[in-house]
Amino acid sequence: MSTAAAGFLLDVGFGLLLLAVATFALRSRTTYAAVVGFVTFGVLLALVWFRLGAPDVAITEAAIGGGLTGLLLLNASAVLRPTEAAAAGERPRLLVRAAALVAAAAVAGGLAIAVLALPSPAPTLAPLAVAGAPATGLGNPVAATLMAFRATDTLLEKVVLLLAIVGVWSLAPDAWWGGRPGRRHQADPKGTLVFFARLLPPVGIVFGVYLLFVGADHPGGAFQGGTILAAMWLLAIMARLSDTPAIDGRWLRFWLVAGPAAFVLVGLAGIALGDAFLSYPEAYAKPIILGIELVKIVTVAATLALIVAGPPERPGDPRR
Amino acid sequence: MNSATWYGLVGAALAGIGLYGLIVHHHVLRKILSFNLLGAGVFLIAGAVARRGAAAGLPGDPVLQGLVITGIIVAFAATALAVALLLRLGQTTGSASLSPRALGDAAAGNGARAATLRADEASSLADPAAGDPRGGATS
Repeated sequence: MSTAAAGFLLDVGFGLLLLAVATFALRSRTTYAAVVGFVTFGVLLALVWFRLGAPDVAITEAAIGGGLTGLLLLNASAVLRPTEAAAAGERPRLLVRAAALVAAAAVAGGLAIAVLALPSPAPTLAPLAVAGAPATGLGNPVAATLMAFRATDTLLEKVVLLLAIVGVWSLAPDAWWGGRPGRRHQADPKGTLVFFARLLPPVGIVFGVYLLFVGADHPGGAFQGGTILAAMWLLAIMARLSDTPAIDGRWLRFWLVAGPAAFVLVGLAGIALGDAFLSYPEAYAKPIILGIELVKIVTVAATLALIVAGPPERPGDPRR
Repeated sequence: MNSATWYGLVGAALAGIGLYGLIVHHHVLRKILSFNLLGAGVFLIAGAVARRGAAAGLPGDPVLQGLVITGIIVAFAATALAVALLLRLGQTTGSASLSPRALGDAAAGNGARAATLRADEASSLADPAAGDPRGGATS
């Protein structure tokens, strides 16, 4: 069997497995099982992204889709366990389910027809991206896309994350405003969790920062690195070695805003010194981009960890 | 059929599975999960299109791949906000369902389950270390 045929068989297997896990997540009886299915789905999907020649997307999917979204949903399923029995008893009427099936099949069928009807040869921006990459000083065309060609998207994505945290915090009951997010975790100081929470963060911090620098020329980047830093912090919080900060801390708020703010300042400087918003002078493009990314990694780590931690549920530091 | 087209079809099927779950599940957490499956299907189709655009020595169209990365992050932000809203719904009504019956129960003041979910809040109030519930912001 040729390698191409073997590769295609592997892809067929991955695709079928992906559909099977998705169906499991959809049909499983408890939400907990569904969420475990979803995390598995995320890891499988990351493998599929590698198969599709998109390692940058694969890292993001594994870290965000499987990791942080999974953590968020696991926590929610644990908190909501008392509601589950009541919700499990409710099933929509047969007519509703049949209509949903028809709607879902129509959407899937329509998308499948669109996929099969894609034009050939496929339109692509790859040659343009390769041609433009030297001007940014970045060897990874995906990083060049995120930080230069489509930098406005990346800037707005940071603003969306900021809005998400404002939205999450604004759901706090009045009494806890200015308090600490999440419950105080209990952990056996001699347990496995605490052991790993002491062992992993030094490695994780180095790897997160490595991903930031390597992201210029290879798969990686500030966002993926920041996600790992956030995961290390959350691990320490869950092992009770650290605690979530009170949400009215001045430094905390500074770092939450620092990433998008640095981005906007560089963008405005681009108008004053260069040609347009977010245009980088060619000679300094790479240092400027790395500078933005250095600030961004701290912002991303703080923002993601606090989004996962949720709205404040406890009072802050009583000394203040 | 090549791998890119196959994954495009898998993406289409995933979008269908997600849409079905979004409609039939009453539990909001299951709805959020289904919505993420739907999103994953759409991203996968974009990935298939990017793969087809492989050129200039690259394995795929980097611009489309960059857009998918942005999409995954924005989907995470939306999911986080939805989960926070859901947990607050659970705290106030004691139910995580959007079915008319559950919402009717909540409106009728059936707060037994809400009390269970709020017990955590009460226990941290009772905790002597917790002190002033306003976090000492006024002291």
